Amino acid sequence: MSVITNNFDLFFQGFLKTLGICIICLFGSLALGTVIAGFRVSPVAPLRGVGTLYVNVVRNCPLTVVLFLIAFGLPEIGINQSYYVFGCASLIIYTAAFVCEALRSGINAIPAGQAEAARAIGLTFSQNLGSVILPQAFRTAIPPVGSVIIAMFKNSAILGAFGVSGDLLSNAIMLTSSRGQDPTPVYLSIGFFFLLITIPAGLLLMYLERKAVILR
Amino acid sequence: MSTPNLSVLYDAPGPKARRRALIGSGVVAVVLLAVLYVVYVRLADQGQFDRDRWAPLFDPSDDLFQPVWENIWSGFQKTMTAAVLAIVLSMVIGTAFGVARVMSRPAPRIPLVVVIETLRGLPVIVLIYMAYQLLPDLGVNYDPLPGENALWYVVVGLTAYNSVVIAEILRSGVASLPRGQREAGLVIGLTPLQTMVQIQLPQAFRTMLPALISQMVVILKDTSLVTFIGGYDELLNTAKRIFQTANNPLQTLLLIGLIFIVINFALSQLAVFAEKRMSRRSAGRGVNTLHVDPGTT
Repeated sequence: MSVITNNFDLFFQGFLKTLGICIICLFGSLALGTVIAGFRVSPVAPLRGVGTLYVNVVRNCPLTVVLFLIAFGLPEIGINQSYYVFGCASLIIYTAAFVCEALRSGINAIPAGQAEAARAIGLTFSQNLGSVILPQAFRTAIPPVGSVIIAMFKNSAILGAFGVSGDLLSNAIMLTSSRGQDPTPVYLSIGFFFLLITIPAGLLLMYLERKAVILR
Repeated sequence: MSTPNLSVLYDAPGPKARRRALIGSGVVAVVLLAVLYVVYVRLADQGQFDRDRWAPLFDPSDDLFQPVWENIWSGFQKTMTAAVLAIVLSMVIGTAFGVARVMSRPAPRIPLVVVIETLRGLPVIVLIYMAYQLLPDLGVNYDPLPGENALWYVVVGLTAYNSVVIAEILRSGVASLPRGQREAGLVIGLTPLQTMVQIQLPQAFRTMLPALISQMVVILKDTSLVTFIGGYDELLNTAKRIFQTANNPLQTLLLIGLIFIVINFALSQLAVFAEKRMSRRSAGRGVNTLHVDPGTT
């Protein structure tokens, strides 16, 4: 137990750092994912091509390989940043592909009759999209986007193993490897701190789902 | 790509809209080419297109070519070994978990739900580290198992996570079946367990086949996490050793990425195909979890 009490500040700072990574990547991947989803449904063919290629390539490549490619590739084209920036960038790029697909599944789930009815009463394209389709699409997309985001929170742990220092997993590795602490209390504690992020996120998602559900 | 629901948003484009789309396509194409050109020039400045960086991977006459591909082949086999072990174990344990959760009474269900939610809430990489450091500390000994210890770290970690994911997939598959399926089984005198195993589970497997295949893609991708621990030369770790020798990280990583993408893309297409068939022939309402789970972890 003394391992936990003596190093509580280390666990807590790791928790804050992990939470910070989660929040940065949450906004980043939602923004990028929405843009890519826009690409995939746009009437401009090259944009659609780029969107499709992006999703199929990134989704089928392990996050670890994306991470390594970014960390070794970007310096070669003259972009030098810390592991922290590279790590967050990879996590955003990786998650955005899944956010895009989740959003698209939300749009596709809207029955065609909705758009047809809106057009039949004389709404223009932008009115149709803005007041009929998108509000429903966002609500339908909450469950899949939410589970993608929770998975992203968990993926953020990989950054610690990759060499971003100060987050929960990297602190655990440091405590057990270089400081020779007992692994049992260390790993049980960081497990607890991760659950402190993922379980409330899951509950929040369930609450949002219930509020947003559209009965058909 | 077809956008069935968007096409009803607007009329068939007239000459003006077509012209705008054409101009838009042109602009996008030019911007894309410009970006690619800048990247190309910068990579060329760094000598990334020099022959000695690519030759070990693609030129059979290069000295390194043969050892490099022997290593990649063995890395591929090791990745597959880990993935298949983890998939099979997750399926078996996941089915047991799923059945137990559906069939148990409320009181014994509580610890089961706690275990499931805990494992589901932890990152896979943390579970792999737990298999590596926590379990041996608690007295688990991997030595009698065949293969390197690191193989079992990743298999145990992936199984711990994915068995509960598969349990949940099967649970929603069972829940999506019409109630009459179970009632019919009970009425002809089968016990609840027999009904589950002989009537409900086979249909749940069918209904959830696309989701199960997608989960296999996730497992296959996550095997590369063991590279952070080392000691097991799967594809990514092999790549690391190759580019340390041949001094071509970018090229080797691109090749390894391509191998993963080809395998996983094929699996994803299989899932799409299965989903199309299921939508015609399955009793349950399939739950589409396709493409949504991002390498969990």
